[in-house]
Amino acid sequence: MDEQLKSELRRQGVVATSLQELYNWGRKSSIWPLNFGLACCAIEMIATTMARYDLARFGAEVFRPSPRQADLMIVAGTVTKKMAPQVVRLYNQMAEPKYVISMGACAISGGPFKQGYNVLKGIDRYIPVDVFIPGCPPRPEALLDAFLMLQRKIDEQQLTGPARPRHLQAEQPSEFSVPQYSEHDLVPTRNDAVWHAPLVNISNAGTNESGRD
Amino acid sequence: MTNHTYLPVLVLLIAGAAFAIGPLALAWVWAKKFSPQKTGPTKNAIYECGLESNGDAWIKFKPGYYLYAIIFLIFDVEAVFLLPFAVAFEGFTVAESVSMLVFLLLLVEGLVWAWQKNVLSWT
Repeated sequence: MDEQLKSELRRQGVVATSLQELYNWGRKSSIWPLNFGLACCAIEMIATTMARYDLARFGAEVFRPSPRQADLMIVAGTVTKKMAPQVVRLYNQMAEPKYVISMGACAISGGPFKQGYNVLKGIDRYIPVDVFIPGCPPRPEALLDAFLMLQRKIDEQQLTGPARPRHLQAEQPSEFSVPQYSEHDLVPTRNDAVWHAPLVNISNAGTNESGRD
Repeated sequence: MTNHTYLPVLVLLIAGAAFAIGPLALAWVWAKKFSPQKTGPTKNAIYECGLESNGDAWIKFKPGYYLYAIIFLIFDVEAVFLLPFAVAFEGFTVAESVSMLVFLLLLVEGLVWAWQKNVLSWT
């Protein structure tokens, strides 16, 4: 529908909308997060839901303790290799459409434990992440910002056509392979369908040593 | 109009059925048209805590506690009824006394049965 006509109608007190807009509006206004926290970022997540920051303003106050009823997974904190299979399994058990916010340095990349032996170097190696929030831990405002970003993302999603999101495409998977905790590392160490190793330019190796500049 | 006394009931019935079936039908149409079903072994798993279910759900367990709770009900119900009986006892007729006695005997019968089945001893 013509935008100009729409605004003209709105001035007359008539709201014109499309099924897609209505659908997206409904989804973005009632994102129920999964009630789980992994480390200190969870404290900030809890603070976000409390009176001062009040996540309820955006329709997301209903933290569900069951993945069956949740739309959004906030991976709040350090994902250890022992915990990663459980996180992926919980994501698999969530109903479509489902979204993931990767909160904090640890959930993004391993954070301060990146060089460690027991921390997963980013949950995006196994599940598709919608919004990343840097910070250690990110403040509640950052989580709110990520939340608004996710709402904008949902608002732009198409209901039909080839650009429609994953959950509307029958051939796209809903479940992602759950890694196995084993002796040395998770098996497999990453899901290649989801994550691609970042390209690193090695031509300036040696001239730009990490920790020097 | 006298023929249509129950017409509002019928209308209400149809409206109520439509209210219940309508959303389900809409959801079904929506799933057919736009949103495909996405199921899988993990999603259909019994437990939803992130851990894999371990072992069989059909296991044997000692029914001792269950029986204990059932037998407790005998005394519980007895106490609930005996107190009003005791308060109103002076004004009872013969028929009321007999029916009260029958009720108590029914409960006592349960207790005797449990005693005979050796349920009262815990081990």
